[in-house]
Amino acid sequence: MSAKFGILVVLIYSIVAIFAPFIAPYGEREILGRSFELWSDKYPLGTDNLGRDMLSRMIFGARNTIGLALSITILAFLLGSLTGMIAAALGGWVDQILSRIVDVLMSIPSLIFALLILSIFGTSVPYLIATITVIDATRVFRLARATAMNVVVMDYVEVARVRGEKLDWVIRKEILPNITAPLLAEFGLRFCFVFLFISALSFLGLGLQPPSADWGSMVRDNASLITFEDITPLLPAGAIALLTVAVNFIVDWLLHKSSGLKDVS
Amino acid sequence: MIHILKIVTQRFALGLLTLFAISLIITFGVELLPGDLAEAILGQGATPETVKVFRTELGLDKPAHLRYLSWLYGMATGDMGVSLANKREISELIGIRLSNTIFLGGFAAAISIPLALFLGILAALYRNTLYDRVVNTFTLTSISFPEFFVAYILILFFAIKLGWFPGISNVSTNLSLGDKLYRSMLPAATLTLVVVAHMMRMTRAAIINLLASPYIEMVRLKGISPMKIILRHALPNALAPIVNVVAINLAYLVVGVVIVEVVFVYPGLGQLMVDSVSKRDIPVVQACSMIFASVYILLNLSADIISIVTNPRLLHPR
Amino acid sequence: MLADAKKNSESESSATLLEVKGLRIEGLSEKGWQEIVCGVDLKLKRGEILGLIGESGAGKSTIGLAAMGFARDGCRITSGEIIFDGIELCTASEEQKRKLRGNRISYVAQSAAAAFNPAHRLLDQFAEGPVDHKIMSRTEAKEKGRQLYRSLDLPDPDNIGERWPHQVSGGQLQRMMVAMAMSCGPDLIVFDEPTTALDVTTQIEVLKTIKEIVTARNVSAIYITHDLAVVAQLADHLMVLRYGNLIEVNSTGQILEAPKQEYTRALLNARTRHEQTTVQISDAETLLSINSVTAGYGNGLDILQEISVSVERGRTVAVVGESGSGKSTLARVITGLLPPRSGEIHFQSESLPPALAQRSKQQLQKVQMIYQLPDVALNPRQRVRDIVGRPLSFYLGLSGKKREHRIIELLEHIELSEHYIDRLPDELSGGEKQRICIARALAAEPELIICDEVTSALDTIVAKAILDLLQRLQRELSLTYLFISHDLDTVASIADQVVVLYAGRIAEQGPKTAVFQPPFHPYTRLLLSSVPEMRQGWLEETLSTHEAKAGIAREVKITERGCPFAERCPVAIPEICVRDRPPLQTPASGHVFACQHAPEMLLDHFA
Repeated sequence: MSAKFGILVVLIYSIVAIFAPFIAPYGEREILGRSFELWSDKYPLGTDNLGRDMLSRMIFGARNTIGLALSITILAFLLGSLTGMIAAALGGWVDQILSRIVDVLMSIPSLIFALLILSIFGTSVPYLIATITVIDATRVFRLARATAMNVVVMDYVEVARVRGEKLDWVIRKEILPNITAPLLAEFGLRFCFVFLFISALSFLGLGLQPPSADWGSMVRDNASLITFEDITPLLPAGAIALLTVAVNFIVDWLLHKSSGLKDVS
Repeated sequence: MIHILKIVTQRFALGLLTLFAISLIITFGVELLPGDLAEAILGQGATPETVKVFRTELGLDKPAHLRYLSWLYGMATGDMGVSLANKREISELIGIRLSNTIFLGGFAAAISIPLALFLGILAALYRNTLYDRVVNTFTLTSISFPEFFVAYILILFFAIKLGWFPGISNVSTNLSLGDKLYRSMLPAATLTLVVVAHMMRMTRAAIINLLASPYIEMVRLKGISPMKIILRHALPNALAPIVNVVAINLAYLVVGVVIVEVVFVYPGLGQLMVDSVSKRDIPVVQACSMIFASVYILLNLSADIISIVTNPRLLHPR
Repeated sequence: MLADAKKNSESESSATLLEVKGLRIEGLSEKGWQEIVCGVDLKLKRGEILGLIGESGAGKSTIGLAAMGFARDGCRITSGEIIFDGIELCTASEEQKRKLRGNRISYVAQSAAAAFNPAHRLLDQFAEGPVDHKIMSRTEAKEKGRQLYRSLDLPDPDNIGERWPHQVSGGQLQRMMVAMAMSCGPDLIVFDEPTTALDVTTQIEVLKTIKEIVTARNVSAIYITHDLAVVAQLADHLMVLRYGNLIEVNSTGQILEAPKQEYTRALLNARTRHEQTTVQISDAETLLSINSVTAGYGNGLDILQEISVSVERGRTVAVVGESGSGKSTLARVITGLLPPRSGEIHFQSESLPPALAQRSKQQLQKVQMIYQLPDVALNPRQRVRDIVGRPLSFYLGLSGKKREHRIIELLEHIELSEHYIDRLPDELSGGEKQRICIARALAAEPELIICDEVTSALDTIVAKAILDLLQRLQRELSLTYLFISHDLDTVASIADQVVVLYAGRIAEQGPKTAVFQPPFHPYTRLLLSSVPEMRQGWLEETLSTHEAKAGIAREVKITERGCPFAERCPVAIPEICVRDRPPLQTPASGHVFACQHAPEMLLDHFA
C-alpha cells in the first residue's frame, strides 16, 4: 500500500523533472514581477525574493536537485560497489588498505567533511559532485563489501576459484547477482541521503549556486516569509520530504520482501 | 582482564591513529588546491604583492610539514591560530560557541535517548501490532524530512502561530538555565524529532534480532515469565547493540546540530563553521572540523569499548 | 490411608501422561499457511520413552514443541487436543502453560551452545527454573545442580557451574543442558535432536547421560531424531513420521525387526552398513601422492602435520576423523586453496605447484571437488545449464549445440531428466542439488574427485542414493575418489583405502579390511566402537565394555610433541606417549599405524 504510494510519487516527480520546460509556466531564471508576490492566478505560488515565479522554480528545482542527486548516487554506486566487491573478493592487503581508507573517511562526519572541502575549493558543481560522491561511496563500499563477504565465503565461489576463474568472472557472475537485492535497497537509501545532503548544503548556501533553481536554497531565500505565517517557503522543503518519504517506503517494502517472512509472527 | 585491557588499548590506539589521519586530511586538503590558498582566496584581481603578504600571513611560505607540525602543536595546546576574517583568536571565537553547542546537543540527547529507547523496545515487544505499524510509518516519514523542514514547521506553529517559544534562539552566557532551556526549546525539539526516529528504528531492530535467538526460546520453554525474560535474558545482551545505537545517534546529533543552529540563529559551533565556510576562513573551518571529528570519533570509540567490556566472551576468556 | 495413597500413585505410574489427538499444525511459508503436521495421535505413559523418527520436513520437532503447548513463530496449532496429565494445553492459558514448562515438562535443544544465554553462568541458568517456579531456594537449587553434575560424571562438578557457556566444550555443554532439564524434576522431557551436531565419540557420552537420567529417575521422554540407531538405544516405542503424517508406530523391537511400512524399511535399509568387497586392480598407477605435508592457517598451529597419503587410480581413499582432525584442511591443501608450509603434492608423478594461482588450467581441471552443503555449493542465481555448462566451456571450450548436448548427457549420468536444465537451485531438492554438484564435477572430466562430507547434510535415504550413484559412476567412468567423512558407516561402504586422521596426524592408514578389522590403533578402535549399531542394547554393551571411558568426550587437541591421542588413550604409557612421537609400524604391506605399542601388544590388550 505505502509502496504503491511511493512508486506513484516517484513517477510524478520523474515526469515533472524530465518535462520541466514544458510544464513550467515561466522560465527558471525569469524575473517577472515584484518580490514576494502573493499566490494569484498569474503566479499560482506567488513570486520569490527576486520576483521569479515560485511554481516554475519548483518545477525546475525538481530537475536540478533530483538530477544532481541521481548522478551523484550513480557515480558513488559505481565507485563504492566495485571497490567493495574487489576488496571482498581479493581479501588480504587490498582489502586491508581499502577498508582502512574508508574507515578514516567515514570517521569524519559527512557534513563536516563536505564543509571542509567546499571551503577549500569553493562551491562549484564539479567539486560538489566529487565531494559528495566520495563521501557516499564510502558508505556504499561498506555495504557492498559486507554483503559480498557473505557471498565470498560460499562454497560456490570457492568452486569458481578452484576452477581457475578470473577476478572479473567471480565478481560479475558469482558475487554481483547475489547482492543485487541489498544493493538496490541501498541505492534507494543512498539516493535519499544524497538528496537530503545536497538540499542541506544548498540550504546553507553552499550547494547549487544561484540563479539555478534548487529546493534547498529556495527555502533559505524565502524563509523570512514564515514570520508572516506564509507557508510558501515550506513547499520546496515539503517537496524534498515527500520524495524521500516515497523512496523510503519503496525501500522498506523491498527490504521486507527480500528478508522473506522472518519478521512475521 | 589483561586480555580485555589489551583489546581496549588497541581500540584506543586505533582511535588516536584515526584522529591523526584526519588531522592530516584536514591540513593537507589545502595542498590539493591548484596554485595555492592565497591565490584562490584573493582571486584573479589580486596583485602579486598582496598575494605575497597574505601568503606570509598564512604561513604558506614555510614548508608543508612544518606548517602541519605547528598547527598540530597549536591544536593540542589550545592555540588554534587567528581567523582570516576578523583576525581574532580562534580559540576565543570557539570557546563559548562550543559550550553552547554542547548544551544544545546535551539537551536534545537528554530528551531523545530515554524516549527513543522506551518507544523502540515497546515497538519490538509489540511488533506487527497496530502500534508498531503506526510507529514504523511515523518514524520512516520523520527520517525522510530534511532537518530544516522540521525546524520551520515547528517555528511556524510554536513560534509564530502559538507564540509559545522564540523562533530565534539567541542564548548568551548571562542567561539563567531556565531561560537558556526556554530559548533553545525549538532547536532541541527539532533535533529530538529527527534523532528519535532513527534511534527508535535501530533499537527496535536490535531487540527483535535478540528475541529471535535460540536462548530466548529456551528460557520461554523453561517457563520463565515474560517480564523476567526481558529483564534478565534480553537486556544484558541488548546492552552492546543499544549502546551502539545511542553512539551512532549522538554522532548524528553532532552533525544535525549544524543545520539546526543555522535555522534558529543559535550561536553555536555549527553556525560559526558555516559562516566561515562561506567566507573561506580556512583556519576556523579546520579547527571546527577537527573538533567535530574528535567528538564523533570519541563517541564511536566509547561505544566500541563499552561493547567490549560487557561481552562475557571477552570478559571471561577460556 | 497411606496404603491407599501408595496404590494411587502406582496406578498413576502406568497411567497416560501425555495424549495427543488429531494434532494439526500449520506453518507459514512463501505460499502462505500450509499444514506441516497433518493429524497426528500420540500416547505416552509415565516412565516411557517415545522416539519420533523422520527425515527433514517430517514435523517431528514441531510435534515435540507442541507437546509443551508451544508453537514457534510462524507456526500455529489449528486443531486437535494435547492433554498433559489431565490438562488441555491447547485451551490452557499462557500462565498455566508457563507454570508447566521447565517445571513438569522440560526441553533439551539441538545446540546447547546456542541455547544457553551467553551472559549468565551455567549454574545460575540451572537454578533459574526451580527458583522461578518456587520449588526451591537459590542455594538449594545450586546444590542440586552440583549433585547432578557429579552424578553425570562431569569434570570438576563443584566448579564447572561457575563457568560461562563459551568456556565449556560442546559435548559437556550438551550434557549440562540435559542436567538443566532435570532441575525441577520434570515428568516429561522433550529431547530435540540432542546429539545430531556432535561427533560419534561425544555422542556416546551424551547418550549415556540421557539414558541415566531417564531410566534412573523414571522420567518420560519424547526423543526426536533422524537417526534410528541412536533412538533404538533409548526408546520403548517408535513413531515414524513423514511430511507431517504418521507412517508407523510400534515397539522399538518390532520396528527394527519387522517393519510394516515400505518407508520404514527404506529408512532401516539406508542406515544398515553395506560393506562391499572392493575390486582389486592389479598394479594400479599412483594418481595422487601427498608427501609429508604440513599446513596451517596464518601464524597458527600446524593443522596438518607430516601427512603422507597416496591415491591409486580407480580407487576410493577415505579420510576419516572427528571435527578438528584436519580432514577438510587436507582437501584445501590438495586443491591449492591452502599452500602447505612444507611437503609436496604430486599428481600423475608431476609436482603440483602449492598455490592455486600457480597451477595451470589442465592441473586444475584434473582435480574436482564436491562439497558437504549443496545449498551453498550452487550459485542460487545460476541455472543448471550455466552451472554444469561452465566447466565445459571453461576447460573444454565447448559451446552451442555441443555444449547443450553434453549437459544433457551429464544429466542422464546423474539420473536427472533433461527438463532440469532450466531450473534454478531453489527449484531442486537437497538430493537433486547434490547430483548437480556431481554433474558439475564430472563436466570437467577430472582424474580425481574430492568428496568432502558429501552425504552428511542429506537425509539418510537420499544419502544412500547419492552413495550408490557415486559408486556406479566410479565403475562406469573409472573415477578416483578421495572421500572425506566423519561417518564410518559411509566409509565402510565406499572405501578401498582408509586414512584415520587425529589432530592433524595420521593415526592409521591402509586397506579398509586391514584398518577396520582387527583394529590396531586405539583411536580407530574408539571410533569404530562409538558408531551406534541398529539394535537394542548396543549402548549398554558398549558402555560396559568401553575400553576408553577416559577417552570419550574430550576435545581433539593438536599437540606439538608426543602422540596427540595420548590424553584420551586407554593404553597410553605414562610420560612416553606425551613426550615422544609414536613410531610408525607396518604390520602388513600398505598398512601403517602410529603407536608406541606393537600390534600384538594392542591385540592382547583389547582381547
